[in-house]
Amino acid sequence: MRQRLVMIGNGMAGVSFVEQLLKLNPKRFDVTIIGAEPYPNYNRIMLSSVLAGDAKMQDIILNDWDWYKENHITLHTGETVTSIDPAAKAVLTDKGASIPYDELVLATGSLPFMLPLPGAEKEGVIAFRDIKDCETMIETAKHYRKAIVIGGGLLGLEAASGLLHLNMEVSVVHKHAHIMERQLDSTASRMLQEELERQGIRFLLQQQSDAVLGDSRVSGLRFKDGTEEAADLIVMAVGIRPNIQLARESGIQVNQGIVVDDYMQTNVPNIYAVGECAEHRETLYGLVAPLYEQGAILAKKLAGVAVDGYKGSVVSTKLKVSGVHVFSAGRYADGPGTKALRVQDDLEGVYKKIVFENGKVVGAVMFGDTIESSKVYAAIRSGEDYSGREKEILFGGAGASGGGRAVSEADLAAAMSGDEIVCGCNGVAKETIVTAIMEQGCVSIGEIKACTKASGSCGTCKPVVEAILAATIGFDQVAVVKEGICGCTTLTRDAVVEAIRRMRLTTTKEVMHVLEWNNPEGCSKCRPALNYYIGMLYPEDHEDELESRFVNERNHANIQKDGTFSVVPRIYGGVTTPGDLKKIASVAEKYNVPLVKITGGQRIDLLGVKKEDLPNVWKDLDMPSGYAYGKALRTVKTCVGNTFCRFGTQDAIKMGIDLEKKFERLNTPSKVKLAVSGCPRNCAEATIKDLGVVAIDGGWELYVAGNGGMRVRAADLLTKVKTEEEVLEWTGAYLQYYRETANFGERTSEWSMRVGLDTIKAALANQADRDALNERIDVTLGRTQDPWKQIVENDDLRSAFEALTAPVSPEAAASKESGESNKRGGREG
Amino acid sequence: MNEIIIGHLSEFPERRSRVVRLGSLELAVFKQTGGTVTAIENRCPHKGGKLSEGIVCGSHVYCPLHDWKISLNDGLVQAPDDGCVQTFPVYIDESGNVVLRIELSESKVS
Ligand SMILES: Cc1cc2nc3c(=O)[nH]c(=O)nc-3n(C[C@H](O)[C@H](O)[C@H](O)COP(=O)(O)OP(=O)(O)OC[C@H]3O[C@@H](n4cnc5c(N)ncnc54)[C@H](O)[C@@H]3O)c2cc1C
Ligand code: SF4
Ligand code: FES
Repeated sequence: MRQRLVMIGNGMAGVSFVEQLLKLNPKRFDVTIIGAEPYPNYNRIMLSSVLAGDAKMQDIILNDWDWYKENHITLHTGETVTSIDPAAKAVLTDKGASIPYDELVLATGSLPFMLPLPGAEKEGVIAFRDIKDCETMIETAKHYRKAIVIGGGLLGLEAASGLLHLNMEVSVVHKHAHIMERQLDSTASRMLQEELERQGIRFLLQQQSDAVLGDSRVSGLRFKDGTEEAADLIVMAVGIRPNIQLARESGIQVNQGIVVDDYMQTNVPNIYAVGECAEHRETLYGLVAPLYEQGAILAKKLAGVAVDGYKGSVVSTKLKVSGVHVFSAGRYADGPGTKALRVQDDLEGVYKKIVFENGKVVGAVMFGDTIESSKVYAAIRSGEDYSGREKEILFGGAGASGGGRAVSEADLAAAMSGDEIVCGCNGVAKETIVTAIMEQGCVSIGEIKACTKASGSCGTCKPVVEAILAATIGFDQVAVVKEGICGCTTLTRDAVVEAIRRMRLTTTKEVMHVLEWNNPEGCSKCRPALNYYIGMLYPEDHEDELESRFVNERNHANIQKDGTFSVVPRIYGGVTTPGDLKKIASVAEKYNVPLVKITGGQRIDLLGVKKEDLPNVWKDLDMPSGYAYGKALRTVKTCVGNTFCRFGTQDAIKMGIDLEKKFERLNTPSKVKLAVSGCPRNCAEATIKDLGVVAIDGGWELYVAGNGGMRVRAADLLTKVKTEEEVLEWTGAYLQYYRETANFGERTSEWSMRVGLDTIKAALANQADRDALNERIDVTLGRTQDPWKQIVENDDLRSAFEALTAPVSPEAAASKESGESNKRGGREG
Repeated sequence: MNEIIIGHLSEFPERRSRVVRLGSLELAVFKQTGGTVTAIENRCPHKGGKLSEGIVCGSHVYCPLHDWKISLNDGLVQAPDDGCVQTFPVYIDESGNVVLRIELSESKVS
């Protein structure tokens, strides 16, 4: 009979251990896993990415339910082990199960450390550890504005960056003078703080929290010095505690963690521990790379394979915050007997410090550019002697790339030796990746990840993996190796758009079929994107696919949380008439519209309209759609300009109305907002718009890629022009260039930061190029029609807004013959 | 078990849905690619999103509010989210009518 292996904890370290064990010896054990969380094993590290909007919850599952089934693992989720009986060799759970074992592995991880502040139990005070916390933050951000993160370490900063992305105002409270002081020296810490401040995070340093304020829900935080800071959400990220209570109560030896020997064995026979809960040679680890090493050793031991014991690990750290590159490893502080190689470039925001002791690299800190990080990390681990050639570590071999310029990923990948570790989290060496490419035919990052796990955890090694792939299968294949636009494909946006163009693909179905999507009907991410790209490329032939449009664009109204919709008619340039106002008022009364609101874009929003009422509301309004719901031109905000204002130099209102009339109904990769101000006082706030026009004496300035939303960004000056015609011409060219080159869903601010302002300027610099762009946008604009009018006038389109109301009395419904009498389109609901 | 004709197959656009109300019960009836028609309660188990407004991909619908993925065939919410919505049997009769089978006494219809 097989031996019974029971594991407590269904987390990253534990499941990785089980995977390795099954690979080595799949027949030896019947495996049972008990996990307190109600999910299959997921990538805890990526919770930060979920917050930051770079991944979705479903992307972070590491082992789905089928994996457990296929490997014959008995899985108890949402169940907690409450005691271990080493004498009877069984564990008991909170659901009353008694599960016998021959070998028992504790992989219970850690618990977040919650500061014992008065008021810490209030609603809105949370940790950042699991899916639940992450969901709480996402939910909270929808209803509240202000967040405080306590703790300026790695986790705290990732939480803060995520909350910022979720549109909250974020302050980080830290008791030390420097953030991430455990991983960074003061120079790197200062540079990091400046960068994060630029992104919008506030820092309250050298502050000690004293009490959480508020009634049932948190309203703020008081500090020891008596000052207070308002908050609707407090995230504590001050550290973790190994989860050892169960072990302690069961008589297993614990210190800070569960004490294990070099083979991960506890002092009790047949009981082992791996992961954050384990303490090895008085060291606890809180990063996955060493935990996976522990798992690998235990797997070998239990599989009956000869193995050297665990010797401990050197850890390295990277911060997963977009736009920030930070790396830290080993002993980075100067000490007696150490020498450091420093590069500091304040202009580029780059700082590197490599610490040597007796010619060997013992630690490093990097900020701004971390391209050599895997090489440095490998050097620390290998203990290679660099005496006399220390500089090679940053500047390459003698005579290689001269000067101080950093080497590219490709050079680096090529220079790596086969046994150099590329993916620190999963301990994957370069040769393992090359073997997967050559022998298992991997041609994409996704496939390499599936075969080797490289880049599967924190993802920071992705560029190097990509470079290795490109070097191995040839650069001409590079396009296909990039990460796909969604889980359905490995193709990038550019590859997809190019394929649509080259093969003249005309429907989303065709694209997904020809490009071999792995879900035949795609997903909610790619279908709307494909529909946009096809429409952008073939404005004349494309038949818009309603079933591939998001709810709002399909219904030409904004869905609200209760399933009703909002209606915003167009009010060109924010200028209305008494007649239109009366019309809006009477429609609001007739349909009992619960809320009438002036929007931030100078128009009127009718909120809470029932779906069935939409066509009639539009009919009675008899005004064009304001497209307040679409990835499209939204509003053109204007100030009064020289029409009335004593400072005005130009007619801002007319300019705004002209722009809105010309570009209304234009579909764009993401929403587009415009504004026109009559003088540099800029009352229309034109410099936080996707395109802002500001009048100056004798002309206009055009600003682009601003954003007043999630991440405030001041617009950049694109050009100055003299006439209104030129404003229209530049705007047309700019918008079309954006339409043709941006990723679906990408605002102009993100797009401009990705492709670079200079690229945009260069693309629009020549009159001929601008003309060509305008010609193309005019084709699209020439074919747009007002959607409200279209629906009102077309019965087929209208019927989609009606609900079928079936008879409610059983008699009426008893026979299906009587079904004929069912009415269509009752509105009584 | 009652049988109710809720429309003709031709009235249901593919990969779209129609809302059917039975008293206070609201159903979303979907026609999948290939013509299979299925009915589920029009209420996402997450925050009550109207599933009838979601994007349909194969035999799944994505909730319009927060993108949960839900099977149209068995009503199960797909990982990593969790939950289920009630499904109702539907068949197409010989003349192409879409017939819903439902126990009216047990439903919320009174
Ligand atoms: C937001 C965030 C970002 C991170 N970023 C990084 C990073 O960039 N790089 C990096 O290397 N690391 C990172 N980490 C740390 C990394 O996630 C952890 O080190 C790793 O997940 C620990 O694995 P584990 O298996 O030991 O513990 P866990 O993953 O915590 O798993 C333990 C599991 O055991 C369960 N459990 C506990 N007690 C019981 C019981 N009695 N009965 C049943 N089940 C029980 C718990 O519910 C838990 O699910 C990050 C962590 C977080 C929270
Ligand atoms: S931007 Fe200038 S012109 Fe327009 S309202 Fe303000 S002050 Fe007057
Ligand atoms: S209500 Fe359906 S996903 Fe939130």
